[in-house]
Amino acid sequence: MADLFSKWKEGLEKTRKATFGRIATLFGATQINSDTWDELEAILVQADLGIETTEEIIQALKQRVVQEGLTRTEELQNALREVLISRLDPTPTIDFSSHKPMVILLVGVNGSGKTTTAAKLGWQFSRTGKTVLLAAADTFRAAAVDQLQVWGDRLGLPVIAGQPNADPAAVAFDAIQSAISRKIDIVLVDTAGRLHTRYNLMEELKKIHRVVGKALPGAPHAVWLVLDATTGQNALQQAKAFKEAVHVTGIILSKLDSSARGGMAFAIQQSLGLPILYAGLGEKPEDLQVFNREAFVNGILEKNGQ
Amino acid sequence: MFETLTQRLEQIFTNLRRRGKLTEQDVDAVMREVRLALLEADVHYSVVKDFVSRVRERAVGAEVSQALNPAQQVIKIVHEELIKTLGEPQWLNLTGPKPRALMLVGLQGSGKTTAAAKLARLLRSQGERVLLVAADPYRPAAVKQLQTLGEKVGVPVFYEEKVPPPLLCAKAFDHAQKGGYSVMIMDTAGRSQLDDALMSELKAITEKVPVADILLVVDSMIGQEALHVAQGFRQAVNLTGLIMTKMDGDSRGGAAISIRSVTGVPIKFLGTGEGIDALEVYDPSRLASRILGMGDVIGLIEKAQQAYDEKTAREQAEKMMSGRFTLEDFANQLRQVKKLGPLAQILEMLPGQLGQAAKMVDPKDAERQLKMTEAIINSMTREERLNPDILNASRRRRIARGSGTDVQDVNRLIKQFREAQKLFKTLQKTGGRGMPNLFG
Repeated sequence: MADLFSKWKEGLEKTRKATFGRIATLFGATQINSDTWDELEAILVQADLGIETTEEIIQALKQRVVQEGLTRTEELQNALREVLISRLDPTPTIDFSSHKPMVILLVGVNGSGKTTTAAKLGWQFSRTGKTVLLAAADTFRAAAVDQLQVWGDRLGLPVIAGQPNADPAAVAFDAIQSAISRKIDIVLVDTAGRLHTRYNLMEELKKIHRVVGKALPGAPHAVWLVLDATTGQNALQQAKAFKEAVHVTGIILSKLDSSARGGMAFAIQQSLGLPILYAGLGEKPEDLQVFNREAFVNGILEKNGQ
Repeated sequence: MFETLTQRLEQIFTNLRRRGKLTEQDVDAVMREVRLALLEADVHYSVVKDFVSRVRERAVGAEVSQALNPAQQVIKIVHEELIKTLGEPQWLNLTGPKPRALMLVGLQGSGKTTAAAKLARLLRSQGERVLLVAADPYRPAAVKQLQTLGEKVGVPVFYEEKVPPPLLCAKAFDHAQKGGYSVMIMDTAGRSQLDDALMSELKAITEKVPVADILLVVDSMIGQEALHVAQGFRQAVNLTGLIMTKMDGDSRGGAAISIRSVTGVPIKFLGTGEGIDALEVYDPSRLASRILGMGDVIGLIEKAQQAYDEKTAREQAEKMMSGRFTLEDFANQLRQVKKLGPLAQILEMLPGQLGQAAKMVDPKDAERQLKMTEAIINSMTREERLNPDILNASRRRRIARGSGTDVQDVNRLIKQFREAQKLFKTLQKTGGRGMPNLFG
């Protein structure tokens, strides 16, 4: 556990320095006054929580201040931490044993980090003793297949790839067939990035989803949306559209080690009920971590160096 | 989300139907909504704050124009200020000693490699001799990606294995000079502005190569962080322009405002699709409307203002309501609509749901219909226009011949006109309820 938390702290270090560090100074002031609320609004909005969620949180906190008779900003900070944590579901543990192979579909907009995440997930699963197959079903973007192939070679994971511009659904189908005959535990299907507003591309994704189900009834067993933590308010629309199209079951927050704070996670959890499963905290394969809401919220509220 | 500002403002529009000078209350009511709209568009919190107070100052006491109501007037000012902040589109710095070196920089996944290929294609089509440089040795297969795209657009890609980017770019520049290339585009690795090692690498490239343009490539979906990203890159290198990518999505693109206000560098291009030719020069007015989340209502308002003759409009409305509406009036109205400009453009300006509905209309078809209607009416005598009852079969044949249409087309028009007349008569009886207010 110590190792896990330190990874989070390291990854979020920059985040805290960049902005949330200011919470420490804000709440260093002792008494709650009207400025406190304005500054709290500024901080939450700047963390991409969105004005709506921010206002909800401030309302909830104001209520607590009255009900519990809070006067000190230190008490407010604790209340804020509790409110933020309570707005995120505890990360569900993923059951890998009920299906063989377990098929996981990775989806998302262009540049969110799907291919890198697929490789990192594959490495992590294989470290727990599972056999993993990567399916390079992004046959559209130039060299996306090569990108996953390089990762596969580096990490010692088998990759099933299609020819450029081949039907991605066919690649996914082949990969699952091959996984069944090779008795693989987990298949990770990397799909092409697509903007959620592109009708034909979303239809293509639905087709991949359908064909995966034909290759193995019940599959895909999980559909994970890879979301760039730097994304602003559009993240909610993305999550909504992908959920409607292919029944997304969870979110992976990539690039959380950048200066971005990933505050949209709160709105997505709130309005779509989608849990955050993993967080990308660095470039290395082990930097992809199981999402930990306490660490996430603590990390961003903690004073520097504590 | 797209409708919200327009809808909220409509609420305000109905509450504020006065003329005269803008009061503090008028301005505040609208600015509250504008503030929310800008925050929802991902404009940075502090930038919104400055912007709102600046516009407020300018708006209070301003004269409300004849064609607008106070709320519309405030929005018009907001829109103008947004356009001013966004600034004019600017072209690349291509004049001077060749080859011109362009460098693309940005976060991981912002779309640099795709933008590099699109730029290469665009410049090549303008007669430049272009060389692409693959300066991203870190992301697996990034070089291969650029090579594939280079092949697609017919532009060579310079790359040497195991050469660090600054040296690689210097070699590429040398190669470009000797090879008679006029433009060289360097695709660099994605990096966080907080990564000191990689930021000094960028600096090192600019020390080795005389760079004419350093373009920051930004994903239009980026949130509040855009401000710090732009600041970070500007501190390291001398940014000269901005490319906003993935504009074909439904993000509002407020980052453009944040970045413009901290760096002051001009927006040079927008990436608008997966196709290799989907790179556009940006239009400040349209981007401003998008950020506000309201379609190009302002453009419409301005066009209406230009085309709008209040006196004639009132007379016509009265005629319509009294049922004394003739084909002559109809022809007048058509002329007013035409003054608004090409229909295709008008349809594109419509906000929200109206805009969605307008997408179903083929503008060419609508334009043709409009032309035909006008031709038919113009082929009538004044007497016929004032009293359509006298239109017998022989007159209709003459009109069809005169307007180059069929008698059926003439019949259809007259039938439509009769129906409209009937509708207005009923409306008059019901006291005008349900009649849409045409001029807001």
